[in-house]
Amino acid sequence: MSPRAQTALVPSMTDPAQIRNFCIIAHIDHGKSTLADRMLQLTGIVDDRSMRAQYLDRMDIERERGITIKSQAVRLPWEYDKQTFAMNMIDTPGHVDFTYEVSRSLAACEGAVLLVDAAQGIEAQTLANLYLAMENDLEIIPVLNKIDLPAAQPEKYAEELASLIGGDPADCLRVSGKTGAGVAELLDRIVQRVPAPVGDKDAPPRAMIFDSVYDSYRGVVTYVRMIDGSLHPREQIQMMSTRAVHELLEIGVISPEPEVTKGLSVGEVGYLITGVKDVRQSKVGDTVTTKLRPATQALKGYAEPKPMVFSGIYPIDGSDYPNLREALDKLRLSDASLVYEPETSAALGFGFRCGFLGLLHLEIITERLEREFNLSLIATAPSVVYHVKREDGTDFVVTNPSEYPDGKIREVQEPMVKATILSPKDYVGVIMELCQGKRGTMIDMQYLGEDRVQLRYKLPLAEIVFDFFDQLKSKTQGYASLDYEDDGFAPGDLVKVDLLLQGEKVDAFSSIVHKDKAYAHGNKIAQKLRELIPRQQFEVPIQAAVGSRIIARESIRAIRKDVLAKCYGGDISRKRKLLEKQKEGKKRMKMVGRVEVPQEAFIAALSSEDTSKAEKKK
Amino acid sequence: MAGPLPLGIPWPQDSILVPQSEESSSFHAYVHIPFCEVRCGYCDFNTYTASELPGATRESFHESLIREIEFSSKVLAQSAIPKRPFSSLFFGGGTPSLFEVDQIQAILVALEREHGIERGAEVTLEANPETLSREYLQGLFDAGVNRLSMGAQSFDPVVLSTLERKHDPAKVMEFVAVAKEIGFRTSIDLIFGAPGESMESWANTLLVATSLQTEHISCYSLIVEDGTKLAKQISRGELAEVDEDLNAEKYEMATKVFSDVGLDWYEVSNWGVPSTHNLAYWRSQDWWGFGPGAHSHISGNRFWNRKHPSAYATALEAGSPAQGMEVLDNRTRLEERLLLEMRIKGGVPRSLLNELLVSPKKISERIGSGDLVLLPGDRVGLSEKGRLVADGIVLEFLTD
Repeated sequence: MSPRAQTALVPSMTDPAQIRNFCIIAHIDHGKSTLADRMLQLTGIVDDRSMRAQYLDRMDIERERGITIKSQAVRLPWEYDKQTFAMNMIDTPGHVDFTYEVSRSLAACEGAVLLVDAAQGIEAQTLANLYLAMENDLEIIPVLNKIDLPAAQPEKYAEELASLIGGDPADCLRVSGKTGAGVAELLDRIVQRVPAPVGDKDAPPRAMIFDSVYDSYRGVVTYVRMIDGSLHPREQIQMMSTRAVHELLEIGVISPEPEVTKGLSVGEVGYLITGVKDVRQSKVGDTVTTKLRPATQALKGYAEPKPMVFSGIYPIDGSDYPNLREALDKLRLSDASLVYEPETSAALGFGFRCGFLGLLHLEIITERLEREFNLSLIATAPSVVYHVKREDGTDFVVTNPSEYPDGKIREVQEPMVKATILSPKDYVGVIMELCQGKRGTMIDMQYLGEDRVQLRYKLPLAEIVFDFFDQLKSKTQGYASLDYEDDGFAPGDLVKVDLLLQGEKVDAFSSIVHKDKAYAHGNKIAQKLRELIPRQQFEVPIQAAVGSRIIARESIRAIRKDVLAKCYGGDISRKRKLLEKQKEGKKRMKMVGRVEVPQEAFIAALSSEDTSKAEKKK
Repeated sequence: MAGPLPLGIPWPQDSILVPQSEESSSFHAYVHIPFCEVRCGYCDFNTYTASELPGATRESFHESLIREIEFSSKVLAQSAIPKRPFSSLFFGGGTPSLFEVDQIQAILVALEREHGIERGAEVTLEANPETLSREYLQGLFDAGVNRLSMGAQSFDPVVLSTLERKHDPAKVMEFVAVAKEIGFRTSIDLIFGAPGESMESWANTLLVATSLQTEHISCYSLIVEDGTKLAKQISRGELAEVDEDLNAEKYEMATKVFSDVGLDWYEVSNWGVPSTHNLAYWRSQDWWGFGPGAHSHISGNRFWNRKHPSAYATALEAGSPAQGMEVLDNRTRLEERLLLEMRIKGGVPRSLLNELLVSPKKISERIGSGDLVLLPGDRVGLSEKGRLVADGIVLEFLTD
């Protein structure tokens, strides 16, 4: 076992031969953050006393949900064979929504630790990220984690890993992030196997941005990997995509707290601070160079983040609209992939149409808005982008069902994805059934090892964003995993289903669905609304319609009696308290025309939960 | 009195109340007698059967009540609130008719001695027909009780057994007649909406009730309070859930039957010759509630006593039996007025709605929909239809 390095190498003056840049790729919950924690402890940069779980995950939500949203890079000193190395560990996000960020993190490394839960084996996410790593020509170090678990089957999964990446199952390292077993060996293995970075130290500087986070005190902190040349404090740096020039106020490495250095040179990984306040000015994938000696060729791989899922976000209290705008503006500083524009809804008033990378991203953003900015919000049902062509030849890009054009439609194109599902073979039947029900067409099916199957399907994205993942999990007892990638647009037989309350269209409840499902969908939502909307002073008819054709109807009867007769022995205080409670309840209602609609109705009406689970009407 | 007592501020150490309103008010007394022979399945009132009460006996409990009466007169004197005789008295419970005549009389004497009772004041006692006799009633009448309120609840034996009322409906009829002979003003209480009660059953109850020709009828829809045996039976599915639509129909039927026999409504749940005491609550007059768990209102101060009779009696030894109080600010007093006065026939003055900044649009919409009617003297009150949704109207008026 290697001892802890006695002296760390000085950043900006480190020979690339003594640098190892690696990342850890793993499926969500396979213990990546815990393994990272052990590495921090083992290399001695975090002492045992200040250690806390998931040390590198900065946001509260990350720690609560146990997932990593923003990746981080930490420089770890490590001694191997009497030589000191600087190991840069780049922690990557582990969720399908953040694939682009993962790909940039991978591009900053020469090697990848492929971390697999020894009790669960390879999952779709692992596979997706593994392919990404292979595309980036990374050295793959297969590692089985959680070997301390009684349910661990390291032999079985080592075979699986070996067959996947080639090599000997015996080469597969076995570690436990929890106990720390095998972690030192892993660090040694990284030194042995991961190639040192190669770059031209005299060339014009080029640094790739692989992450960019907003810090309310420091402004934007940009994480870079130096490819060529070096950067120094006080230099004028330039972003190659926008040509924007900033002064480099601070440069340093993370170990694991920020440490100012005299610069960064070839192969090193660190951070830059320029005082800009908006992460948009330093986008992931972009190349940083200097104004004085600009590079001519940007690094490849840069792409604008592309929202896949859209949802309208509205304040429950209309007077919160300016606060919502301010909150979104602030969040955008730290999240370059969040896009939004103002939108008005007849039912919900003023709000924003927001684009997200995926459902988790949507959930995280709405949660952050509510938690960090103390807003009460309604998020409309998630939808995707449709390309609609009318008979008269006009084209529409529809991100919101309420923008769906009237008149005769020639064609609707919807976004498609290529989905990869990994599952034990016993569930192949139910998965195929599910995918077919979601309008999927199978691309291929392949056995990975004895009992695991990889299914690839082409599916409409709209079917995936809705509740596909939840259904997949529940139908396979949680064993199946999913990853998907963009696969262009394809024509679909789609119609818009409107919901009418008291004869008035409520745009927030409109949705675009496949023609064959319109009737069932309309019925389901009408029924759900009937349960969720409390009885009003008047009867409220609920109708679902495609165009002018009513396809389902329900009705909420008028309330006839609400008065509490008893006021015994003069306990007026209690009666008043009851009134206060009712007042609070009313505040959480949204007026749609004259109808009071509770917040839950907006969310629940379009979710796939069973109506029996929806809150029972009083 | 159901459920936990409200949280409030503690009773002042010096026992001095600060009047919050300059308006003059009449003065009333509620006397709570916390004893019952059995507890009914729907009941969540503050009442105890003998076995539930170690340390507080029914035979001597009037002494505690008298102690509070003496305490009340001291508080008002210290607070420089002028002495006023009572305009009405009400003995409620529990089952007040479980008290001996002597005990009631001793309380009346104490009330007269400490505060005074107006000539012709309404003095009501709640009675359970099972415990009555002609002699007992005569005794009460001679002691000064002049109004008898009898808990009939229903005349359908099936409904009575659902409510776990053990009395024989024939006894109600018998003693209403006796009470009237003696000279009592009479009232009966009815409850509608018990699980399983049909429209026919209710129609029959109304028919019998009106045939008794009492001057007053209170008619409540059954409220299933959390924690009662009835609530448990419903949640277990042993009894049907309360159907508020059916209750609305029962209420409408009651209104019709009562008005046919000349009993006009004067408050959401009360018909006939208005009870001074009942109206005092809805009009936010001053009253002192004596006894465990009783609530008082003195010029914008609301306070309430400890619930358990033993705790109440012990607290009285040391001073005030109050558990807590609240002092109402102006806005709260106005809101309460709307909440309470809206329920009575005269409705509320427009000026109150203006002070509460209720939008005229909301008011006119409710008039347009037939829930509210304009009344003489620039007042607004509930229509028959509106009476069923009074709480919703008040809620709407007090929210944006």
